[in-house]
Amino acid sequence: MKANCWHGKHKMQVEDVPDPKILNSRDAIVKITSTAICGSDLHLYNGFVPTMESGDIVGHEFMGEVMEVGPGVNNLKVGDRVVVPFPISCGNCFFCHQQMYSLCENSNPNAWLAEQFWGHSPAGLFGYSHLLGGFAGGQAEYARVPFADVGPIKIENGFTDEQVLFLSDIFPTGYMAAEACDIKEGDTIAVWGCGPVGQFAIQSAFLLGASRVIAIDRFPERLRMASQNSRAETINYEHVDVLPTLRELTGGRGPDACIDAVGMEAHTDGLSYAYDRAKQAMMLESDRPIALREAIVACRNGGTVSVAGVYGGLIDKVPFGSIMNRSLTIKTGQTHVQRYLKPLLERIEKGEIDPSFVVTHRMSLNEAPQAYDMFLNKQNDCIKVVLKP
Amino acid sequence: MGTMSGIEDRISNYAETSNRGGEPIFRFEDGAARVARGLGWFSIGLGLAELISPALIGRITGARNHRGLIRAYGVREIAAGVGILSGKQTATWLWGRVAGDAMDLASLGSVMQSSGERSRKATLGAVAVAGVTALDIWCASQLSSRDLGSSEYNSHAEASMIVNRSPAECYSTWRNFESLPRFMSYIQSVRATGDRTWHWVGRTAEGGPRVEWDAELTEDNPNQRIAWRTLPGSDFRQSGSVEFEAAPGGRGTIVRASMDYAATGVALAAAAATLLGKHPEQMIRKQLRRFKQAVETGEVITTEGQSAGRRNSVTWLDRIAR
Repeated sequence: MKANCWHGKHKMQVEDVPDPKILNSRDAIVKITSTAICGSDLHLYNGFVPTMESGDIVGHEFMGEVMEVGPGVNNLKVGDRVVVPFPISCGNCFFCHQQMYSLCENSNPNAWLAEQFWGHSPAGLFGYSHLLGGFAGGQAEYARVPFADVGPIKIENGFTDEQVLFLSDIFPTGYMAAEACDIKEGDTIAVWGCGPVGQFAIQSAFLLGASRVIAIDRFPERLRMASQNSRAETINYEHVDVLPTLRELTGGRGPDACIDAVGMEAHTDGLSYAYDRAKQAMMLESDRPIALREAIVACRNGGTVSVAGVYGGLIDKVPFGSIMNRSLTIKTGQTHVQRYLKPLLERIEKGEIDPSFVVTHRMSLNEAPQAYDMFLNKQNDCIKVVLKP
Repeated sequence: MGTMSGIEDRISNYAETSNRGGEPIFRFEDGAARVARGLGWFSIGLGLAELISPALIGRITGARNHRGLIRAYGVREIAAGVGILSGKQTATWLWGRVAGDAMDLASLGSVMQSSGERSRKATLGAVAVAGVTALDIWCASQLSSRDLGSSEYNSHAEASMIVNRSPAECYSTWRNFESLPRFMSYIQSVRATGDRTWHWVGRTAEGGPRVEWDAELTEDNPNQRIAWRTLPGSDFRQSGSVEFEAAPGGRGTIVRASMDYAATGVALAAAAATLLGKHPEQMIRKQLRRFKQAVETGEVITTEGQSAGRRNSVTWLDRIAR
């Protein structure tokens, strides 16, 4: 089959690899009909995620048709149309029982390695480094799905792929980030980053009852999508100072909750960007927490900072005094996707949201390397690419 | 079996005997020691080069796009060099260098799979590393036989793992010894030879030494504790126990394993060391995790045999981690 493989920084290659096989009784093989490039895939592309190995098949947002099931999978049959969540979860462990699926204790075969890095190991993820299991991902014609009796959700109505594909990651990720803000009537939510996760965080904040959402980015097309599709007020940080503007917009109090939908490769103008770039280059910190610092300082007293952006290792100069003295709550985590599949599919069915609005580019799997390059450089107003195998 | 402090005892005995002559233990300036010092300085030099100009090293070895990794390897080299030159546990640091060499070779191996000039450079680099590796192994084994006495192998290890099942379920899975090879990667087969005795065969690398032992149950307390020890005539002596303690609040079972191993004779000690690795505690923890997976999910999660854009479904990193 064809698969998009990582071969180093800025080096993706679509190549012929062996077809996947059932390796365990609870596995399924899915023939992929649509697969997307995630903003977090750009961290792999830029070489910021440790323990990637040449030849790793990437991709963790995919859906398709069940081709084969192992003897332990009773809820799926050949021909079922499914969306596959990006965390791999057993459904049997302490964390899965509490619906904290991205913390599954049994799905990371390299748990020992993750323990050396982070103290304890989270769940294994598709196509996202050997620290997180070294699983082959879904930017391919076929994928092996472990614990297929727990993860995939059947799609039984006439939705297009693009309407349901993002249940695999970015819609639940934006939703969980908004849910973590514990939104009450009258709340103002600020969202850093208007990429696809930011867009879903904005829409989810409104779905959950926010009165105002303020979106922060620098790309006009992303800010336009935030205001036109998602009804947010917008701030272009290249034109105005974010902190005083947020203070003005909220009568000096600050947003009730702040969502960081940017993560480890944040950008900003000025000195703090140069500082973090330099420290990152010297390997003195692994991530650039520029959006996170701003979100913390901007948040109102007693508010919540919800982090959906991906961080990998160590960050520097985090204003913890601001967090402690002002009673802030920090909420974060890889998305417990399985928890949100049913309720969010219901919202799509009820017409409360049509996730296909984020798609700006449709390309073939063969064009994956060009698609990464375009997405990274935000060429052609690229916000979200869907690849067709 | 009281081997808990075996290694420490022998180290202190050795120190006493060698100090009796007024000679500190590391002061033997023969061939191996001189080579060790040379390797120590070589390590520091290479490490500094990797740390300061990873781009140059990357060009020389064809691994251009791995500057971060090369810097990390540089730190590793310097640590090993300083360790070797410190004169304490020289052999251990040298074995560390051997492990580092293996990492280098694995990394170069992955570059060799690319095409053209990069592959040629990586091949040359791998030949050079292999030469140094041979020296490291010779030197380390020379010094190990002195430092620790490789005709004896002793280890004690403990680990625990919380399992989301009742003590009764955990006990019955473990007590079914014949099924352990299904999920314990270091056991090839288990066969009952009597009411309370079993014959065990260890799973070692292909072509490696074969390790077998007979063990008898010394305690079988249903749902609470199992203990065993090897019978005379086994390749090595082992005693172990596993306890099943109900976790508070009905949160399953804390499974605690405790094992002591000992082997006498150069060949058998080497075989035991191969089977259990340098860090038996980590090995036991990894086995307990596999036990947990089997009990909780009915299978052991794996990527062995999956698709990949390279020859092997798993990489050197996966093999270290599992």
